[in-house]
Amino acid sequence: MKVVVCVKQIPDPANPGALDPNTHLLVRDDKLILDESDSYGVEMALQLVEAAGGGSVHLVSMAPRSETSGLRTALAMGAEDAVLVSDDALAGSDALSTAKVLAKAVERYSPDLVLAGTESSDGYTGTVPEQVAALLGWPSLGFAKKIDVADGTVTVERQTDAGYDVVSAPTPCLATVTAGVVEPRYPSFKGIMAAKKKPVDEVGLGDLGLEGVGGANSGQATVKVEEAPAREAGEIIEDEGEAHLRIVEFLEGLKAI
Amino acid sequence: MALDKIWVVAETTPDGAVATISLELLAKARELGASIDAVVAGPGDAVAGELGEHGATRVLATGDLDGALPGPAVGAALAELAASESPDLVLFGQTYDGRDIAARLSVALDVPVITNGVDLAVEGDDVVVTEPIFGGTVNILTAFRAEGPKLALIRPKSFAAESAGGGAAEVVALAVPDTGAAGAARVSERHVEERTGPQLDEADIVVAGGRGLGEADNFSLVQGLADQLGAAPGATRAIVDAGWVPYAMQVGQTGKVVKPSIYIAAGISGATQHLVGMKGSKHIVAINKDPEAPIFGVADLGIVGDVHKVMPKLAEALEARG
Ligand SMILES: Cc1cc2nc3c(=O)[nH]c(=O)nc-3n(C[C@H](O)[C@H](O)[C@H](O)COP(=O)(O)OP(=O)(O)OC[C@H]3O[C@@H](n4cnc5c(N)ncnc54)[C@H](O)[C@@H]3O)c2cc1C
Ligand SMILES: Nc1ncnc2c1ncn2[C@@H]1O[C@H](COP(=O)(O)O)[C@@H](O)[C@H]1O
Repeated sequence: MKVVVCVKQIPDPANPGALDPNTHLLVRDDKLILDESDSYGVEMALQLVEAAGGGSVHLVSMAPRSETSGLRTALAMGAEDAVLVSDDALAGSDALSTAKVLAKAVERYSPDLVLAGTESSDGYTGTVPEQVAALLGWPSLGFAKKIDVADGTVTVERQTDAGYDVVSAPTPCLATVTAGVVEPRYPSFKGIMAAKKKPVDEVGLGDLGLEGVGGANSGQATVKVEEAPAREAGEIIEDEGEAHLRIVEFLEGLKAI
Repeated sequence: MALDKIWVVAETTPDGAVATISLELLAKARELGASIDAVVAGPGDAVAGELGEHGATRVLATGDLDGALPGPAVGAALAELAASESPDLVLFGQTYDGRDIAARLSVALDVPVITNGVDLAVEGDDVVVTEPIFGGTVNILTAFRAEGPKLALIRPKSFAAESAGGGAAEVVALAVPDTGAAGAARVSERHVEERTGPQLDEADIVVAGGRGLGEADNFSLVQGLADQLGAAPGATRAIVDAGWVPYAMQVGQTGKVVKPSIYIAAGISGATQHLVGMKGSKHIVAINKDPEAPIFGVADLGIVGDVHKVMPKLAEALEARG
């Protein structure tokens, strides 16, 4: 079984960066890391291939400046190789552009299954994976909290508002995994060393034969960035044994009790 | 630019009512002054009354989808109809099915979809969507630049649902074209988790707990207080991922958006992804032992203290009041 995982490389959320006041683009100067949201997809792919008794896990990523640090983490976890799409023209891509790029990259592998995160930590549009599936003409199983593959059929438990649905689709198909579905493994020292030598095929838009994507072709534009009205500063008290009484008083004031 | 025609993709609850998010979208659509059609993945008759009451003139209904997921089916159906009806704007809730349908339609029409909206306005020739970032401290306003229908995903609780007192909407069949392989997914079972007490996103009071509770068993401090106050219990993703409580309790970007009159946060740091789900609460009480915790930035009443001390005493004091 061949699984491709879409992995986004993002600025470390512990150091979120800022919006450039002129271009309205996120300024991300530091090294990029593997989006934690996608570490679940990588782990799930590795487990599914193991359960299937064989196969391979590949990665696709679109990132600026030939960035591979996040990919290396996923390779160290056990993925075999990666296609990285990096092209200056892709700066400022909207979700649809990103999906067009990823779909082309996925096609290079002709996988049985593509996994992605339900939403990325920094962009969180939550639409890229479904758009990738649509571009490929595939079914997609979103918000999976459990995935099984057997006899060319992928079955997932799809999170719903009320509980979950059991949904199946034939391969090839795409699924998105919710955070926490599996426990992502820590790369071993051996894995980290091996990852350094694993192939990352870097391609540009020309290599993918794609036109009409990227920031210059975006169908949406940021017109304003503004401070949201801040909440008024509240009352902060230190508990010295009686603070619960202040809560009771507060609730009484609101006629909640 | 005035908008002539808006489609609102409406969803229903398991018991057949129109989902609150869809009524919220209808309220906003009415404000924008266009003719409004509601789109339903399923039969339209049972919801035509409620959708009409909230401002929809027609209900475009696919009829029973026979277990197919709404994304590819409704996406393809709307793409076909858009060719003849050219809606100016299509509104979706930022929900499981809303995202899927919007994404499929976006590819079919080759237009972008603006996501995570909390407000929407017509400004000159632009339709502008407001999206909060950095935990709601900054708003980004994004306008559509592509030709064709404008697609926007709107977060729940962005607008107030309000009846317009309209009569039932006319039900019109929405033809679903053959979706081929893309539409091959089938739902075989639906599991509805049992709920007791008020629903998290409808409750007037929410008591939520985070990792500061220390361990799963201590969630009883949160549950107990919620029971005393007639509130719904909520949680951070940290403790949902840790398996302490079910996902249905998660508040935040990937969970529920709540706007109760009172939100009590116990042992919650106030990460941006949590804040976007509860910052709209009218009154916020936070208990956290770290005076620097970001949750205090949005709290009306902040208690710097240990949940294991404050919560039991609070429960006792409320008990004593009877
Ligand atoms: C894409 C993405 C989506 C996400 N979506 C969500 C979401 O929907 N909802 C969500 O909640 N999170 C979400 N998160 C996770 C979020 O970033 C935080 O990790 C999470 O909210 C932290 O949960 P917490 O406050 O319980 O834990 P922590 O951040 O670990 O905070 C625990 C707090 O408890 C306090 N504490 C410890 N002991 C005590 C004590 N004895 N008494 C009082 N206080 C104590 C500590 O001071 C600390 O502030 C998301 C993250 C990503 C990347
Ligand atoms: N630039 C990217 N490179 C690789 N995968 C991506 C990229 N952007 C989004 N994805 C995938 O799509 C998922 C959802 O992202 P988003 O639509 O941004 O919320 C992510 O978890 C990734 O799996």
